[in-house]
Amino acid sequence: MSAIEVSTLEKSYGQLKAVDGISFSVLKGEVFSLLGPNGAGKTTTIEILEGLRQRDGGQISVLGADPWKKGYQLHRKLGIIPQGFTFFPKATPREAVTYYSTLFGVKNDPDAILRKVILDDASSIYFENLSGGQKQKLGLALALVNNPELLFLDEPTTGLDPQARRNMWDVIRGLEKEGHTIMLTTHYLEEAEVLSDRVAIMNHGRIITDGTPAEIIEKHGSGERLEVRGDEKLADYVREKTGFDVTYHNGFVSVRLRDKRDAVIALSSIDQSGLPWKDLKTRHDSLEDIFVKLVGGSIEEGGTIKKPSDKSEPIARANN
Amino acid sequence: MASLRRVLADLKVFVRGYTRSKIGLFFSLVFPIILILLFGAIFSGGNGGPIKVYVQNQDGGTASIQFVKLLNNNSTTTVTLVDKAQDLSQYLLAHSADQGVLIPQNFTQDFRNGQLVNVTVFSNPADTSSPIVFETVSAVVSQMNLQGATVLYHAGVLEQNIKSQSYKYIDFLIPGLIGFSVLTSPMFSLVNISSEYKKTKLFKQLSLTPLTKTEWLTSKIIWYVVLGIISFFLMTQIGVALFGAHLDYAFMIIPFLVIGPLFFVSLGMLVGMVSKSVESAAVVGNLITFPMMFLSGTFFPVTQMPMYLQNVAHVLPLFYLIDGLNQVMIFSNLGQALFDLELMIVLSAIAFVFAVALFKWRED
Ligand SMILES: Nc1ncnc2c1ncn2[C@@H]1O[C@H](COP(=O)(O)OP(=O)(O)OP(=O)(O)O)[C@@H](O)[C@H]1O
Ligand SMILES: [Mg+2]
Repeated sequence: MSAIEVSTLEKSYGQLKAVDGISFSVLKGEVFSLLGPNGAGKTTTIEILEGLRQRDGGQISVLGADPWKKGYQLHRKLGIIPQGFTFFPKATPREAVTYYSTLFGVKNDPDAILRKVILDDASSIYFENLSGGQKQKLGLALALVNNPELLFLDEPTTGLDPQARRNMWDVIRGLEKEGHTIMLTTHYLEEAEVLSDRVAIMNHGRIITDGTPAEIIEKHGSGERLEVRGDEKLADYVREKTGFDVTYHNGFVSVRLRDKRDAVIALSSIDQSGLPWKDLKTRHDSLEDIFVKLVGGSIEEGGTIKKPSDKSEPIARANN
Repeated sequence: MASLRRVLADLKVFVRGYTRSKIGLFFSLVFPIILILLFGAIFSGGNGGPIKVYVQNQDGGTASIQFVKLLNNNSTTTVTLVDKAQDLSQYLLAHSADQGVLIPQNFTQDFRNGQLVNVTVFSNPADTSSPIVFETVSAVVSQMNLQGATVLYHAGVLEQNIKSQSYKYIDFLIPGLIGFSVLTSPMFSLVNISSEYKKTKLFKQLSLTPLTKTEWLTSKIIWYVVLGIISFFLMTQIGVALFGAHLDYAFMIIPFLVIGPLFFVSLGMLVGMVSKSVESAAVVGNLITFPMMFLSGTFFPVTQMPMYLQNVAHVLPLFYLIDGLNQVMIFSNLGQALFDLELMIVLSAIAFVFAVALFKWRED
């Protein structure tokens, strides 16, 4: 059963096609991530699903309802952290949870909810004095007040330090275990990879690819590679001797392996060349490699795309 | 369906934030009191018994003598007669006096014949006693009119059923500043909140809860009514205790204290909603608020202003609120107050309906 169904969804702002005919579905009980750089159309998409914006075209169904028409009823079953969550500056987290509980007409122990999002230590601090991570956690706590079937988290960890981010991930994982369906947006590859059952990579209003991280790597990745530090002459030599797919980039020679025996052949040919080399390793394409390949650049901390032409450092390296 | 539970929950959070930030409380409760102390002190600085009025009686007939007597026999004004041969305005200048009344030659005859006759009041707009003299002369005029004939004097004081007693500046200042407070605290606050919440997307967030726009607006109205009533008590108590203000209390005050905040909460909300940014909302809000703040009879009676400004005052909603309070608290003229109230109710209904209609939780 799917919690969310989206088909050929469209939304334009004037000339700009912010969402350009995307389709996907989110199954009950899974964590689904919309991964993409700034301006990809993530917030537009998620807010259409939340019933906060009206679509221009396409069909959507959220828990079986049209969120624009049935928003008021639907919101009782949804938990939402909007991008850039804020609250009344002079209210404390405990008061905020109590307020939401009364609005939703549910009985809750505010401290229990704050404990669940690991915010119980800051339950009496005014919102304006909370740290960025604590503010986001309050957003999550409020989203949980009505024990929602479906959670929408728009960039839940943007702007947080790595420690606070990991902390938030733990909380989100806990929610998944409890059986909540979660749709989140992010421009952190690691976040998408670590948290989600399935990911859709979005850019310029389109979904470029989707599936489990493994499926995406399988579909678009180039399998296992053997890499050594060496110069371009070494790459040419190995390519000529073995006929393998060999690339050179920024001081690295990279050989694509079809099976294990290719590794032995490639290595002996490297050795035979008599040219200097070092730092032998093999690796699989990461989601980031795929992302760079499909989007045409790596994603920076702030969510902007860094094109390879922006030079410095080899792309497609990183987390091994 | 509106839910009282949700209105009260929202009210609780809002009032907590309001009282914790202090600034709002200062401007709605403390600031008007500072104004009372300030203006009250300035006024009572020249206090030394009744105000001296120089009267030149060019007529001398029985009606004119009665007029002078009435003007003399009250606790507000005492009359000093000026010789007929003098030029009154020159005389006033020469004696550094501000208050003068001229009774024209045919006063008694015209009065008896029921013809219009003007009593000219000389005054200095900068002098805080002037409005009191105005009101007193006006009261004397009414009192004589009640005896059957028509008398007018040159300035456009409203024709009303004035009790023949003395009025002090402080009597006008208290209802005026209550109006000031009922105007400024909801206006400034709502203009700011509504544009700010739109910018920070707090409205969007609230739209994700079962709270409705009407419930949200209602909780703000409730709070500003409560604040207005607190402010009413503080101001009247201080006015009476420190300055001996002479005020009537009638049940009719209550509807004004309810309808006033309702109107200005809605108006503030409207301004915030139609403005593109917090800054432009503030500008528009000030453009609406400031003329009302000064021209509606807040710091001095409207009748003291030049005619063209009086005309301006009559299109300002706050004028009707303050006039209504004046009618109840000073003149005990409930008929006129009822008219003011009905007008305010119509205006408030319109403002409220528009505020709810234009109030957007979410964008399209
Ligand atoms: N209300 C709006 N009016 C006009 N243009 C808009 C509006 N909202 C979004 N856009 C534009 O639509 C595009 C997609 O915006 P959106 O906020 O959906 O991106 P996003 O993927 O959430 O980006 P980010 O990672 O920065 O949050 C952007 O180019 C943005 O400028
Ligand atoms: Mg976004």
